Amino acid sequence: MQIEFELNGADVGANVEARTSLADCLRDNLGKTGTHLGCEHGVCGACTVLVNGEAVRACLMLAVQANGEKVVTIEGLSGDDLSPLQASFRKHHALQCGFCTPGFITTAHALLTSEPDADEERIRDVLSGNLCRCTGYVPIVEAVLDARKFYAGQKEKA
Amino acid sequence: MKPSAFEYRSPTTLAEAVSLLQSGNGNAKVISGGQSLMPMLAFRLAVPELLVDLKHIPDLNVIRIGDDGVHLGAKVRWCDITSDHRLVRAHPLLAEAITHVAHYQIRNRGTVGGSLAHADPSAEMPGIALACDAQMIIMGSTGTRVEKASAFFTGPLQTTLEPDEILTEVHLPAWPAARRWAFEEFARRKGDFAMAGVALFYDLDSDGRAVDAHIGAIGVSDCPIRLGAAEAALNGSAIDEKTIAAVAATARSEISPPSDIHAPAAYRRALVGTLLARGLKRSVR
Repeated sequence: MQIEFELNGADVGANVEARTSLADCLRDNLGKTGTHLGCEHGVCGACTVLVNGEAVRACLMLAVQANGEKVVTIEGLSGDDLSPLQASFRKHHALQCGFCTPGFITTAHALLTSEPDADEERIRDVLSGNLCRCTGYVPIVEAVLDARKFYAGQKEKA
Repeated sequence: MKPSAFEYRSPTTLAEAVSLLQSGNGNAKVISGGQSLMPMLAFRLAVPELLVDLKHIPDLNVIRIGDDGVHLGAKVRWCDITSDHRLVRAHPLLAEAITHVAHYQIRNRGTVGGSLAHADPSAEMPGIALACDAQMIIMGSTGTRVEKASAFFTGPLQTTLEPDEILTEVHLPAWPAARRWAFEEFARRKGDFAMAGVALFYDLDSDGRAVDAHIGAIGVSDCPIRLGAAEAALNGSAIDEKTIAAVAATARSEISPPSDIHAPAAYRRALVGTLLARGLKRSVR
């Protein structure tokens, strides 16, 4: 099936089977391999992307369901310089192997965009849907807490 | 971990959706958020030949609150419920129970109708529907029918929905402001399916004794269940430590929970007693 959607601000098209997940479409058809696939059944959170600004699991959505929507992947959240969240993850050593990191960054970006004043409890609650096997989560939570100041005041612009 | 091949359609009316389901001859499935169905497809536990997406069907995402209670359209998402602050007053038990459903990303896609139609024995929404005497509004090729939650759930992942029927709405009866209630569940990781959970509510008579007790449990049977003996033990009693202990003991003895990789039966039995006692204590507020 032919689908069209907005990916990281640009119009894209892809010809996919109906059974193709959004994650596979992003990686295999559109070359956006920053979206990582861990469990492929909605448990690990590694494949989190933004659809119309909301964090969703790209393995639990069909590519055809993204037809006409606005999708943002980790590639769309980073430029030549590190984004505030990326810089904060580096500062706090919030990653080791890095496999889960795109999912954490997209999830945290969605959270802080809508709730820049999220407290530690809220951040831990939201990040509970993302698995990291390296860090023990403490530095990840610290990194997200520290990145909040860059999002404060951005809410209206987003 | 890849689904088998299927066709995909996204009709714009319910009538069209029903007619597509009919054309599937039992091999068609409804999809909306897909948060239960997509894992089933990935594991090939479900191998439909046709998926009918409700995405473009309007008006199914409405939360309507009236004198007769709360009406949730099938496409209402968990995040819609938590962001609708009217529900904290209109149905506090629902509002609290839904905070336990799944994780952030899934809450942005997962729907009320999907959870009810999927009928996982550990899921919160079916448990709330059963405990609250909810009514399911179902559309099929012969028109609309209404079914009580007590008849709707028939087994693990099984309901009375026919292959060409679509659950369009669930109606929770009106909630008196003075009603006492609690929701308690235990899961190893917050947002995961509960090993067991309890939803309870009751009203007080003029002597301060419980009447019309409703106690529902999830994760302890092949579908959500009501704990009738525990309800009987609660009715007519003042809520004190003696009553709480007696009701919890009754609940422990009336259930026959399963043993599985997550917990042995004895653990679940004890857990239900503990959750129920905890809930009854919290209901006094």
